[in-house]
Amino acid sequence: MGKIDVKEEQNRVFICTGTGCILSGADRVNAAFKEEFKKRKISEIDIVQTGCHGFCQQGPIIVIQPEGIFYPMVSAENVARIVEEHLLGGKIIDDLLYKDPSTGEKVPFYKDINFYKKQTRIVLRNCGQIDPEEIDNYIEHGGYEALKKVLSEMTPEEVVEEVKASCLRGRGGAGFPTGIKWDFARKASGDVKYLICNADEGDPGAFMDRSVLEGDPHSVLEGMMIAAYAIGASVGYIYVRAEYPLAVKRLKIAVEHVKKKGFLGKNILGSSFNFEIKIKEGAGAFVCGEETALMASIEGRRGTPRVRPPFPAQSGLWGKPTNINNVETLANIAWIIINGANKFAAIGTEKSKGTKIFAVTGKVKNGGLVEVPMGTSLREVIFDICGGVKDDEEFKAVQIGGPSGGCLPAEFLDTPIDYESLTQTGAIVGSGGMVVMDESSCMVDLARYFLAFTQKESCGKCVPCRVGTKRMLEMLQRMTKGESNEEELVLLENLAQDIKVSSLCGLGQTAPNPVLTMFKYFRKEFEEHVKEGRCRAGVCSELIAYIIKENICKGCGVCKKHCPVGAISGEKKQPHEIDVAKCVKCGICMQHCPFDAIYVAE
Amino acid sequence: MAKINLVINDRKIETEPGKTILEVAGENRIKIPTLCHDPRLKPYGACRVCLVEVEGARTFLPACATEVIDGMVVKTNTVPLYEIRRTIVELLLSDHELSCVTCESAGQCQLQDLAYELGIEENRFEGEKHTYTIEDYNPLIERDLNKCISCGRCVRICEEVQQNSIYTFANRGFDAIVTTPYDRSLIETKCELCGQCVSTCPTGALTEKMSRYKGRIWEIEKVKTICPYCGCGCELEIQIKNGEIVRVSTDVESGINKGNACAKGRFGYDFVNHPNRLTSPLVRKNGELVETSWDEAIKTVADKFSKIKKKHGSDAIAGLSSAKCTNEENYLMQKFMRAVIGTNNIDHCARL
Repeated sequence: MGKIDVKEEQNRVFICTGTGCILSGADRVNAAFKEEFKKRKISEIDIVQTGCHGFCQQGPIIVIQPEGIFYPMVSAENVARIVEEHLLGGKIIDDLLYKDPSTGEKVPFYKDINFYKKQTRIVLRNCGQIDPEEIDNYIEHGGYEALKKVLSEMTPEEVVEEVKASCLRGRGGAGFPTGIKWDFARKASGDVKYLICNADEGDPGAFMDRSVLEGDPHSVLEGMMIAAYAIGASVGYIYVRAEYPLAVKRLKIAVEHVKKKGFLGKNILGSSFNFEIKIKEGAGAFVCGEETALMASIEGRRGTPRVRPPFPAQSGLWGKPTNINNVETLANIAWIIINGANKFAAIGTEKSKGTKIFAVTGKVKNGGLVEVPMGTSLREVIFDICGGVKDDEEFKAVQIGGPSGGCLPAEFLDTPIDYESLTQTGAIVGSGGMVVMDESSCMVDLARYFLAFTQKESCGKCVPCRVGTKRMLEMLQRMTKGESNEEELVLLENLAQDIKVSSLCGLGQTAPNPVLTMFKYFRKEFEEHVKEGRCRAGVCSELIAYIIKENICKGCGVCKKHCPVGAISGEKKQPHEIDVAKCVKCGICMQHCPFDAIYVAE
Repeated sequence: MAKINLVINDRKIETEPGKTILEVAGENRIKIPTLCHDPRLKPYGACRVCLVEVEGARTFLPACATEVIDGMVVKTNTVPLYEIRRTIVELLLSDHELSCVTCESAGQCQLQDLAYELGIEENRFEGEKHTYTIEDYNPLIERDLNKCISCGRCVRICEEVQQNSIYTFANRGFDAIVTTPYDRSLIETKCELCGQCVSTCPTGALTEKMSRYKGRIWEIEKVKTICPYCGCGCELEIQIKNGEIVRVSTDVESGINKGNACAKGRFGYDFVNHPNRLTSPLVRKNGELVETSWDEAIKTVADKFSKIKKKHGSDAIAGLSSAKCTNEENYLMQKFMRAVIGTNNIDHCARL
């Protein structure tokens, strides 16, 4: 820190303008600061709009530099105080500081917060530290030094060798060694070669690529340029979700800026390297994150995967040799070139090097983006960094790798997060989504949710995925309604196995993963649904009933007033009753009962 | 060319590179089931019933899309493969209109055949079934999406072979389906009604309207012939029942057309048994056309030609020959015009 500009000692206000913080009101905070500065005629303090800080649960986040004082959940109403007391008065405002959920102590400095302290930020190195819409900010932070080094000192072969030596593996999900992939593309013969940045992040709950694109787009562009130089590509595409408007906007600005600086175009930085970048917005299909479907989509065709081989390195976009890397993978490249492959390979485990970003969501105290060395345990991520389960409830499970991943119970909390260890459990690193669950989550219902997602997003090309996932979904739907039987449990598992081994692309091959891992680790819950018609989490509405405890009910009538379907009856000051036939199990009565007299019966 | 050696189901096989496992297996009478495969089309790998085990491969591989390599060891008949094929066929049948009793394709339906081979009596999978309204008022091709298995063969033959791209897929997931632009009738598109899609459809989703209820595949006799229309010389199979044409099919294994045909070749046969077809020569007598013998008819024509030639000269007569005739007949026609009539006014409809 502190590199940002020459006014080293000058206060600056960093306002996070990542999507999460914007949603929680960062724009209003930003406007309030500007208004306040205008009112007080302050011109010497800069307001810097940064990308995502990752600590999304605490948004809107502001950091006052150069000291690095961290204020979470700032509202527009707090702004006048921050200006008055902190910026002008030089006093840290105690009651606005972040409070550590485990110790209860106030933590004034950004760097001391557990959430950040235990992270290793390589990909997210600039997120929250620079203005993503200012290329000079990126350059001041060492940006494009790696490109210069590569173009002036290294041959393409040396670049490939360096990336190979770093042991970087693709962060999109499959974990294929990046250097080897580049080598295939470099050795492929073709008059034109393409480089594609896969920014079609689609897993529900995953938003690391989005945050990198929004918070540090230049690191991705620089990675693309280096990759293009290494494999000999002259044209690059960024295939980005249209549902990420801020990422698209910032990418477009970034591309314009690099063009002006002469980092794109002909004879880049005086070398013989020519490269241009085109941005292609996706049209909302999850399956277009699969590389062959993605290329079909760029070509203007329906986004459906095709059989491989030929692999993209042999015959990719428009039939030319093509290399496809994910956003997070590319954002590692410049760091590796500057710091060296050895330094990168020193981080992580024997087979999984470097760091991985996880998007931690669900029933967790401090959700957000967490970048940790490979090999960090699930416990460290969920409990040490993210503060543990919300409201100190019992940890039940964590879903890793989104709808293609698996669901692991507490006994796996000490599993190191790396490609091999997670695969052994039945889960995958995947794109890095991590959903934490407590006892209020029903595994059968969760399996149903994921299957509903994959079924809807299946392209419909191959039979196992098109019809198979539909039949799986229907079985799970029947289970959540108590309409299933034990034979169907066996059938569901068999079908899941068949789909896994017979589907055409990764979507279908991994779609059964949530169900298979839940079967492995939470089979009892499935059996309860099927054999006993019981949902222990009280989620599956057809399997539960809301009951008023006669001895506790005071007959206040609050439940009766709130019931949307008139299912509750009873005289004043007399115990009330719920008509099970009318009840739609919305749970509103239970939420409103002042005496906790209503409970869920399985 | 260098030979390569591989093993399929413990049998040592020598073959040439560049072929798929499916092709090599087929040449060696090893049957691998397929649904989305048609030798006229590029490999697609969507139905997954041709999956085979290849030693050293991470996953099962589609035989239709995997090229053989030297030293490959392939198994096509293991228990896991059988289970997968069974699951796939049951899944397809779980969303398929099972009207095999009256389906035009019964007996020549690849899905039916595969279900039979796998001995599927009961379906383990139940659930939502699509019901599509069948409404395409074109005169020739019946489209019944309730029998469609989304193999994409119609889409691909129209694109890859006909280069016409009438069909495309719409929707995602379970609702993915083959459709036309804006779901219109074929005659409202640029469709030429060539029937190539019908020729490749593995089920009863695409059938010939003219053949409806005319005859089952096991009742007909197939006669191979050359198409009577243009000069291409496509091979056709005329399917006949009780001396009448039921439908015209093609054989992807033979002929210069390898299973392809155009609208005329495939559908232009209704004249053969048409009641209005002339079966004997007619001569106009007193303003009326009356049936006559060939001798009288030829004499009438010869007399008239002679008169015209005498009065106006040879060049007053011209001959136009037909592609429906054989080469020999066409040769004789021009010989007749030049040597007998004495004119060079001879042309052929193929030039029009």
